[in-house]
Amino acid sequence: MNIKYFYFLTVLFCFWNNTAQAHKPSDSYLVITVKNSMIEGQWDIALRDIEYAIGLDENADNKITWQEVINKEKEIDAYAFARLVVKNSQNTCPIKPLKTLIDDHTDGAYAVIKFVADCNGIINELNLHYSLFSDIDPSHRGLLRLDYKGNTKTSVFGPDNAQQSFILRTPDRLIEFKNYVLEGVWHIWKGYDHILFLISLLLPAVLIHKNKHWEPSTSFKLSSVEVLKIVTAFTLAHSITLTLATLHIISLPSRWVEAAIAASVVIAAMNNFNPNILKKRWMAAFAFGLIHGFGFAAVLSDLGLKDATLVLALVGFNVGVEIGQMVIVIIYLPVSFALRRTWFYKTVLFYTGSFFIIGVATTWFIERVFNIKIF
Amino acid sequence: MILKFIYTIFLLSFSISYVLATPYTPKSPLQVLETIPTNASIASKEFKNLRVLLNADPNNTVVATQLAKRFIERSRIEGDPRYLGYAQAVLAPWWKMSNAPIEIMVLRATLLQSTHHFDQSILELDKVLKLDPNNGQAWVTRATILQVQGKYEEAYASCEHLYKLTSSLITITCATNIRNLNGQAASSYQKLKNVYAESKETNATIQVWVLTLLAEMAVRQGDNVAADQYFNQAMKVEDPDSYLLGAYSDFLLDQNRPQEVINLLKTKTKIDALLLRYAEALSISKSAEAALQIEALKQRFAAALLRNDTVHQREYSRFELRLMNSPIKALQIAKQNWEVQKEPADARVYLESAIAAKDRASIQTMVQWLTTKKLEDVTLNKIVTHYKSTSTL
Repeated sequence: MNIKYFYFLTVLFCFWNNTAQAHKPSDSYLVITVKNSMIEGQWDIALRDIEYAIGLDENADNKITWQEVINKEKEIDAYAFARLVVKNSQNTCPIKPLKTLIDDHTDGAYAVIKFVADCNGIINELNLHYSLFSDIDPSHRGLLRLDYKGNTKTSVFGPDNAQQSFILRTPDRLIEFKNYVLEGVWHIWKGYDHILFLISLLLPAVLIHKNKHWEPSTSFKLSSVEVLKIVTAFTLAHSITLTLATLHIISLPSRWVEAAIAASVVIAAMNNFNPNILKKRWMAAFAFGLIHGFGFAAVLSDLGLKDATLVLALVGFNVGVEIGQMVIVIIYLPVSFALRRTWFYKTVLFYTGSFFIIGVATTWFIERVFNIKIF
Repeated sequence: MILKFIYTIFLLSFSISYVLATPYTPKSPLQVLETIPTNASIASKEFKNLRVLLNADPNNTVVATQLAKRFIERSRIEGDPRYLGYAQAVLAPWWKMSNAPIEIMVLRATLLQSTHHFDQSILELDKVLKLDPNNGQAWVTRATILQVQGKYEEAYASCEHLYKLTSSLITITCATNIRNLNGQAASSYQKLKNVYAESKETNATIQVWVLTLLAEMAVRQGDNVAADQYFNQAMKVEDPDSYLLGAYSDFLLDQNRPQEVINLLKTKTKIDALLLRYAEALSISKSAEAALQIEALKQRFAAALLRNDTVHQREYSRFELRLMNSPIKALQIAKQNWEVQKEPADARVYLESAIAAKDRASIQTMVQWLTTKKLEDVTLNKIVTHYKSTSTL
């Protein structure tokens, strides 16, 4: 009894339910990008954990300095990469550490190890074995993000699932193409500047300018040819610059491109009051179309393009833009032709409409040139 | 299920891309990147010696239990769950052994309890107590878990076993802590107060334990002056642990003293639960820093969710209720949390989110529970009274 009692007093040490107060537990962040037979990686490991595993604090002052990390850089790499095995379906891919940086996460500083691994062959399947700290801290987890051709997979490694396989599948091209087409359509419909530019040029297509007056066109065929000329010229022009800009052959500052687009709308609408500004509307459509193409390119690059799918994106987006345009024309042409003799068309749609477009586009122009917000 | 999966994937991508800000090369080699907790840290000689001994002989039960205990203690003081992992690693040779030495089994139960695997922990403790009915630590841990689960009678019975095994202070603290939640708030508080005053206890860990419980009892009684005194007394015994800091901060927040919370927790934000209180205090005092800390918390909870950690649910629910202003989500988490633990703090976040979410059935469940268990807590009672006075119309 006496011995028991003594034993008990020295043993009793834990009284309460304490760990609801937890700190963030130990996690590492592993980001792997697969490119053909190569792997690029970044591995963020907490300095606290490295300190516990191999000791960083050489002068034992309880502070880890950058110098102390540099001194142990080779050891850190050796320790970490002895605990991460990367394989494709046949080979082990030898890992080569590139450099060590630092990043401050919310729970402390992390060593950021950049590395590459060469699988020496195509990677259809990626096998990872992760055992970092599993011997000294079984509660440690590795949080993985795997990027492959724009697809992202995530997963969590721990002692009970140290070995995991990932089948890398090329994303479905057809679906991707469709998505780019839709983006193109939406961009035309939501980007009012392109619509207003087209409409400014199309408004007079069902009229003929005679003796300083606009008179109703007599032939649907003539009007259709006029519309076709304008739309084709616009399409041709913006396709050229869209391609050149997307392939990085030409690039223009986006603010000036946007301002020039606004200016093109103003000029196109002013032409309806004085048709002598632009003698041939299809030529204007071509000239200004070149500028609009740069605008489309900016949108496309905002979608985040990857080299592998560049052509697919370019064609898809352009097709989408044309579809969006055609829909507008198909609705516009018959309606405007039917209305062309009315007072409503000439006064309200044609003159007031053009006037309104000038107002709106001028505002855009000022906003874009001076980089300010009026409305 | 699928939705949860998608949500988890979303959170993972979000949190991974968020935390991976921009790595940099520090400007100077002398730049301090990280500070290791100092007091009796694992860098100390004692820890190093134990680790060297264990490396030489990993199957040495005596060294392994000693080292594991030191780690569990560090985890309590620093609030860092890493140490629980370290302890588990030390116990690796025995971790999956069904007939491990008794001391190892007790530690295994302690670690299971720490990760909120309460039922498994109780099973392990029952096994221990069958082999060694006089194992005081096993009785204390068992009482603690049962108390957390709201099984007060069984918890009290566990405390009674301590009479013949340890000091009367420990026994009475164990027992009064249960009774205080269970219909005898005033008398148990008074009793513990008297016993502690007479005890002249010198063990710091026990002092902090008793003083913290006394402070919490005082809070529930509405004896705010005494509560403040007990909290401060406890904090002077040794470097306050994260549980004590959290409890005191809650008291201060309820007293509308956010500035003191900010001062108290400024350097403790690595601990999720304390970061939560810190962010609440910032938010109450309309500090510009609040948004930043709320964002940090969001990340922490996302990371915990990915790991399938459930130890944070009390805090997670409170975060959604008080800082994200989404009571429906808060209630959902509070209910999951309630399946696991039923302490007054759990009841409170459950009740508050149920009221905020206007979920009558859930409010009723909680009011019913409080009545049946006879939990006396001025704050909870005030919430219930206020609800009743405004809702029966």
